[in-house]
Amino acid sequence: MAKFDETPIIKDPAVKGELRPPKIREHASAEVKCHPSKPKDTAAINLPSELVPDWQERAIARFGELLDKNQALRVYMDACVRCGACTDKCQFFLGTGDPQNFPVARAELMRKVYRRYFTPAGLVPGLGDAADFDEEMLQKWYTYFYQCSECRRCSVFCPYGIDTAEITAAAREIMASIGISTKYVTEVVAKVYETGNNLGIPPLAWIDNSEFLAEDMEEITGLPIQFPVDEEGADILLIPPSADNFANTDTMIGYGKLFHFLGVSWTTSTYCNEAGNFGLFLNFENLQKVNQRMLEAGRQLGAKTIIWGECGHAWRAGILTPTLSGSMDDFDPPYPYHISQYIVDMFRKGAFEGHIDKSANDEFLVTYHDPCNSARAGNLLDEPREIIRNTCNRFVEMPRNTIRENTFCCGAGGGLLTDELMPIRMAGGKPRAEAVKYTQANYLATVCAICKAQLPELMKYWEVPVQVGGVIDLLANSLKLK
Amino acid sequence: MSTSDILWTLLSLFFIGLAYFATFAFVAGLLWRLYGYLRTPMPLPHSLTPAPKTEGGAVLRVLGDVTLFPNLFKADKWLWAGAWIFHAALVSVLFRHLRYFTYPVPGIVLYMEPVALFFGILFGVAALFLFWRRLGLPRTLYISNIPDYFILVLLGLVAATGLMVSYWMHVNIVDVKSFILGLMTFRLVEVPRHPLFLLHLFFILVLMIYFPFSKLMHAGGIIFSPSRHQPFQVQVRGKRYKNPVERY
Ligand code: SF4
Ligand code: SF4
Repeated sequence: MAKFDETPIIKDPAVKGELRPPKIREHASAEVKCHPSKPKDTAAINLPSELVPDWQERAIARFGELLDKNQALRVYMDACVRCGACTDKCQFFLGTGDPQNFPVARAELMRKVYRRYFTPAGLVPGLGDAADFDEEMLQKWYTYFYQCSECRRCSVFCPYGIDTAEITAAAREIMASIGISTKYVTEVVAKVYETGNNLGIPPLAWIDNSEFLAEDMEEITGLPIQFPVDEEGADILLIPPSADNFANTDTMIGYGKLFHFLGVSWTTSTYCNEAGNFGLFLNFENLQKVNQRMLEAGRQLGAKTIIWGECGHAWRAGILTPTLSGSMDDFDPPYPYHISQYIVDMFRKGAFEGHIDKSANDEFLVTYHDPCNSARAGNLLDEPREIIRNTCNRFVEMPRNTIRENTFCCGAGGGLLTDELMPIRMAGGKPRAEAVKYTQANYLATVCAICKAQLPELMKYWEVPVQVGGVIDLLANSLKLK
Repeated sequence: MSTSDILWTLLSLFFIGLAYFATFAFVAGLLWRLYGYLRTPMPLPHSLTPAPKTEGGAVLRVLGDVTLFPNLFKADKWLWAGAWIFHAALVSVLFRHLRYFTYPVPGIVLYMEPVALFFGILFGVAALFLFWRRLGLPRTLYISNIPDYFILVLLGLVAATGLMVSYWMHVNIVDVKSFILGLMTFRLVEVPRHPLFLLHLFFILVLMIYFPFSKLMHAGGIIFSPSRHQPFQVQVRGKRYKNPVERY
């Protein structure tokens, strides 16, 4: 695994977590690339499977289309003054030292092409800082637009709010249209259409898992805690990230205990048992198609409310549902509804009054990792904290510069949670690991399935002894069931 | 007519032509670019959270961005100080220039007179600081390119020549004013016979032509940045954000 500079980044965590940017090392991460897609996956999701012959013209034409359809892209192509305020804000630069991972340098890869083909500066490429969209540029796009997790941290510090995530998304959209995409992302999207979820769990296995969980619960608690599947007429359709029924079963158990306690009827759907939406990391068309499945599932089963489970980018895409998939007026408001918001609403209604035993979580010193998506693109900042405070006695925050809207990405968002990117993932997660280490917490709570997959590996790599789990897991722990 | 008279007449014609061209390029270019931003829809809600929940709040957020640069303050205090002083001084200096464009001159512009030198120097110093910062920090050095230096040098030259003609090699203000008012009323008036002033004017006109095609458009872009100007209203009933784009 490629080694990057391992000197700590956070200068003085006790104050507020000021950062000490590493030395610049050009091309440090230039060789870390995703595997290209497999033809069978791209065919399933309506993308060319290899570089199309007239790729240059097609890419520029697509670029032009996007400029006309996306205000963010158009404005962000012009507005950057290269002030450098964002240069030390991206975890992928902080971890690798590769200056191409400055948000501004990443965006400039696209701006150079923009200036070349869409502005007068293109007439004098050298003076105007413009560049052809050639083989070399395409390679750079492929490398560095897949070393961005679309986390939006840079946007928080840019005087114009320039959101590099939007630029990355546009670059990926263009690349996908000419036949350049990554195996991990296309495979996942293809699996959703085939099986209903990112992991490719077939319906029968999903049902099996759910039944198994119910039996387990019966044995442990003696209570009939159910994990209903495809139950028509249930009030709530829960759309969890599929990993919850597979890897993060404690979170799944959390949902089960919660709904059992509240005595509401709920179900999951085998048509759509995935809240995550990898279309977000690929292109608009698939973002929309994947999203539509959620409303379809809700209507098939006649659910009154759809609740999104603990997943960061699922929520980022989830809040777009009424825009992407049409009105949700036939469901009960509020919508879209996140499980954390639901729990907080229940707390405020007093549903848990007298049934919470905080001391059940006393073995944990809990800290909370804001998933970049839920914090900066989903406004989910206070709810998880409120749940933790209501269910745990011992909660500490990480340094101010590393939480809430300033949070660091776990290092694997945006379609980067794949083995071949391991060096980038571990490097990108470094600021997060350091911040967790400082708190000395032994339970790292978060509301994102991708974080929950990445963080344990990350913490092991950086030798931070901490257990990773969901927020709802803590609630389930402390809940005195009846 | 002596040869020097002919020369000045030719120069006057050149500057008058350039001034009209620059004004046209600046105004038309700016409007065209701004219209481009305005016309381009946003397919999805895109607010950076935590965010204001109402349109009014979002407008305030943008107003704050325009006047106080809060994000920059969070990011880098030195840069914030340099950039803020730079812009505040620029606005003051521009405002003071109203005395060359208005007749009679508004009282408030005249009141500024005693501190005008201060703002002029402040502007120059801030430009120097920003220039130094570009070269001095490895990170900004890496991302800086010809257009970034060009614009700072140009602004620096404007400031230097401006300060010089105001406080050192004085240009005759009456000449300047009659020339400018002449331009504004479409009468042909000869340029002030003062090479340094003409240089000052020349740099400004170049700046105006360059403006709409350069990163200076951040002045317009800041108002149209979706991550800042959109309120976060995804869960508000009846506020469904409809995708204005037919096919993305
Ligand atoms: S902070 Fe914004 S304006 Fe400054 S370099 Fe980064 S993207 Fe450009
Ligand atoms: S969106 Fe996140 S990962 Fe991408 S450039 Fe910005 S800070 Fe880096």
